[in-house]
Amino acid sequence: MSQADVVPIGTRGKPGRGSSKSATPSAASRSLAGGKARLSSVDDSSADSTSQGEQTKPSPDEPRKKPATKPAGKPRAKPVGPTPKAEPRVAPKPEPQATTEPDQEFELPSSIAEVLALVGDTAYAVLGADADRLIAEVLGFARRRLTGDYEIDAFGLDTDLTETLILPLLRPLYDKYFRVEVKGAENIPTDGGALVVANHSGTIAVDAVMTAFAVHDETPGNRILRMLGADFVFSLPFFGEMSRKTGSTLACGEDGHRLLTSGELVGVWPEGFKGIGKPYKERYRLQRFGRGGYVSSAITAGVPIIPTAIVGAEEIYPIIGDMPLLARLIGAPYFPVTPLFPWLGPLGMVPLPSKWIIEFGEPIPTDELSADEAEDPMVVFNLGDQVRETIQHNLYQLLAERRSVFF
Amino acid sequence: MGRVVLVTGVGRYLGARTAEILADEPDVERVVAVDIVPSPFSLGKADFVRADIRSPVIAKILANDEIDTVVHMNVLATPTAVGGRSPQKEINVLGTMQLLGACQRAPSVSSLVVKSSTTVYGASPKDPALFTEEMAPKAPPRSGYAKDSVEVEGYVRGFGRRRPDVAVTTLRFANFIGPNVRTPFTEYFTLPVVPTVMGYDARLQFIHEDDGLEAIRLATVLDKGGIYNVAGDGVLALSQAVRRAGGVAAPLPSFTAGPVGGFFRRARLADFSPEQVRFLTFGRAVDTSRAREELGYVPRYTTEQAFEAFIRSRRTDVEAVHEFVAGLERTVVSTMTRGRVNVAG
Repeated sequence: MSQADVVPIGTRGKPGRGSSKSATPSAASRSLAGGKARLSSVDDSSADSTSQGEQTKPSPDEPRKKPATKPAGKPRAKPVGPTPKAEPRVAPKPEPQATTEPDQEFELPSSIAEVLALVGDTAYAVLGADADRLIAEVLGFARRRLTGDYEIDAFGLDTDLTETLILPLLRPLYDKYFRVEVKGAENIPTDGGALVVANHSGTIAVDAVMTAFAVHDETPGNRILRMLGADFVFSLPFFGEMSRKTGSTLACGEDGHRLLTSGELVGVWPEGFKGIGKPYKERYRLQRFGRGGYVSSAITAGVPIIPTAIVGAEEIYPIIGDMPLLARLIGAPYFPVTPLFPWLGPLGMVPLPSKWIIEFGEPIPTDELSADEAEDPMVVFNLGDQVRETIQHNLYQLLAERRSVFF
Repeated sequence: MGRVVLVTGVGRYLGARTAEILADEPDVERVVAVDIVPSPFSLGKADFVRADIRSPVIAKILANDEIDTVVHMNVLATPTAVGGRSPQKEINVLGTMQLLGACQRAPSVSSLVVKSSTTVYGASPKDPALFTEEMAPKAPPRSGYAKDSVEVEGYVRGFGRRRPDVAVTTLRFANFIGPNVRTPFTEYFTLPVVPTVMGYDARLQFIHEDDGLEAIRLATVLDKGGIYNVAGDGVLALSQAVRRAGGVAAPLPSFTAGPVGGFFRRARLADFSPEQVRFLTFGRAVDTSRAREELGYVPRYTTEQAFEAFIRSRRTDVEAVHEFVAGLERTVVSTMTRGRVNVAG
């Protein structure tokens, strides 16, 4: 602030900077609104790019636009690496359509264009006509990430990132590695708030990740499980960031209540570190269920509790020992010793490929309890015990049915 | 008879605009605008009085002009604006103490509105997603503007106890943003390369300057008392905001935050107090339902829109950058699909 550009004191209503108190939004905000609308239309188009692309770009001089007219799976496109034969001469084809918007299209360097075209051809060879959708989706996603054109909710959930990138990346782990089998998916409500309460195990919270995947996969509207995590998780770099972006938030009464009352599906693992870090010999034996805060939250919000039993997570990293001193040194709640970790180093971090079963139990309703009863310790403890016993019972039943740990 | 309002801190944009807006209010008879320097901004119908709120002069003004409403805007977020951290603290904390002392002895004063900030909630991994007004900070701020705000609020609470007849309204604002305000935060987002903390992505909330001014106007006019969070709806992730601003984030490991912050402070590029760094690490968001319900206050700009409005006023090339990315997307898609698919432009 310099004293040089002083305006006379008390200008008595002379129009100064920004003194017009107009009711209409400023130019900046108006252009903002326009910009948004346009951007989101682009966004839509990337979802079904073929149809949108045709209607917004009416350049009929493109002979090879419809994937239907040109059979997609080109035989030529065997992934033979360094063979940019005569074909790639045709590859830098996108230029013709640049006639519509000359200044916004680019001449890609021909080598890059060739590589891209080859990658595209490979995609077509592998996926056939599906590749259209995939390519448009991947690049649309890349653009949205680069320009920040996505939304996060107040808790930090980034639906675009979660559904477009994270969950698809987890699918092989879910389908192929742990071969997760889901039972009782019909017990997850398709809308409205509910509290999924599950047993915790497996040294790191892979069980939570798999449960969230199962919920997303098995519910008709692809619901996102809003998990409540310990503050330790959010203090960690990368883990904390990823947890928030994929829908987790801090396990505290306020956040739980806010999520449940806004009709979200919330997941809690009330055993916390006691459950996830327990030695292998105590596998499938439920630990103390916290102080019952989750029960109060469910009663206050009047949402059902879905007792969930997860079998298989105990065996991924069997804890045979703990190094409490080392844990304290790095500020972790425990430092696990498994048959493979830390002896094999990073290799020891590969989870054992156990076969998983996730069973969503029958919902326990809380709506006939009044909100006052959320403050009644006896009610809370009784309901908590009921939830805990149901999960324990279901766990034993699943274990009895299980043929082996790995199959 | 209309009200006589004293507005402090009119040497800065928000203070000056507050004085100007309040002077146009129908039931306000007169606005006395004070600061230690003449305001470079228009004050409209307000009368400027050059005075230091840390001096006894302020008590005389309160008495002579029979001020009934005090709007305290002189809590500064920007140390560079006043020449460093110690003058900033002096102005914020001691200024508030002196002003409140003067108010306490002025029987005419019946209403006090204080500009505070959501920095009083601190920032930590133990924070709930949204703070409501009655929540205590999990990690109370220990330095800088945030600590000043906590102390200012402490004195304001003390004043409220000693003068129960005065309606005390405290407005906790999220980070101000917009075409005109200058804060360490606005300067931060206009850096071409924005240093961030690696492995963390803070949730941010902004309040557009026009919305903030409207909240101050409403609080002054309604004269209800109480503490209110004021912020635009929704949140932006730090990384997302940087990209929307057309900038490039440079994630640095958290242990380098101290030296890097110091460098930026000394170079006067932006202010990174340890508190600011904590905020950029863990972020913070607040629940604004109380202001909606009790003040009937609805911000016109969401956090996203406020940020967009700010960026458009400060960086004209953003559109071009985003258009470039979109064009690149179209080109790559049609190259990869050999022209079979075209993304709408």
